[in-house]
Amino acid sequence: MTPSSSAGALALGDDALVLSHRLGEWAGHAPVLEEDVALANIALDLLGQARVLLSLVGDEDELAYLREERAFRNLQLVEQENGDFGHSIARQLYFSTYQQLLYGQLAAGDGVFAPLAAKAVKEVDYHRDHAEQWTLRLGDGTAESHERMQRGLDALWRFTGEMFQPVEGVDGVDWQSLHTSWHTSVSSVLKRATLTVPEGPQTGSWSAGAGRQGLHTEPFGRMLAEMQHLHRSHPGATW
Amino acid sequence: MTATDWPLWEVFVRSRRGLSHTHAGSLHAPDAEMALRNARDLYTRRSEGVSIWVVPSTAVTASSPDEKDSFFEPAGDKPYRHPTFYEIPEGVQHL
Repeated sequence: MTPSSSAGALALGDDALVLSHRLGEWAGHAPVLEEDVALANIALDLLGQARVLLSLVGDEDELAYLREERAFRNLQLVEQENGDFGHSIARQLYFSTYQQLLYGQLAAGDGVFAPLAAKAVKEVDYHRDHAEQWTLRLGDGTAESHERMQRGLDALWRFTGEMFQPVEGVDGVDWQSLHTSWHTSVSSVLKRATLTVPEGPQTGSWSAGAGRQGLHTEPFGRMLAEMQHLHRSHPGATW
Repeated sequence: MTATDWPLWEVFVRSRRGLSHTHAGSLHAPDAEMALRNARDLYTRRSEGVSIWVVPSTAVTASSPDEKDSFFEPAGDKPYRHPTFYEIPEGVQHL
């Protein structure tokens, strides 16, 4: 692992770890029992990816539980609060579409992340399908589900531009074509769901996004406090 | 909308190629596509299956417990219906 690849593993690993924790927060709170299990399954897939990636960088527990907020390199999108179910599905659609395209490119290459990406992309295919199915049903459902889904999509749009900034140490990715493919894919789902592709820039002064540089949004601190509390209170605790 | 508004689906899972689908349980889902995905998450998350069927529970016609006596009991004392009264010729294998 070169220092540069290590930085790449940290960025991808933190995306997976943080989103996994956010989805885990749905456990026991999802609208129906079946969905509770579905979200927990996705969270566990992401946690598995995070463990492999963070192990490339160092001790996975230390990295997850003992780093300060500014040392995390995840996208600001994945740290956003769950909100209502539509909000969480919007976050899932944006991120899983990105992750599927990114891991697809990595798996097709011969870089250090190719083997991991080839395995993970099958999981991520399902995550994206799950988000698509729900987006279609909420968007083309009742007036209220449509309105909530659109609100989630609009609120998170400004966090999407950050996904297409090249990530240090993640080589062999055509970020421009990734962005184009992402926009085409998301737009197609939203159109079928009778939803509107949000307007407004994805990057620039109005938009958010410096998570890869260690700058995070307000909800992230609270999430980390909860995630790290046990490990920090009882160092070395085991089952 | 709550899960109580959602129809019930019966889930059948084929655990290996060559075996038939076996009833695994039931679940609630808004439609068949979601039922299939929920079934995948609930019943095959530990590699239990290679194929899934979902069937609306309302499409199942079941025998009634009240008819149990007339339906099943008459078969109980007719051992001649079992293929156990044949002499198996020598040399026949795999029976």
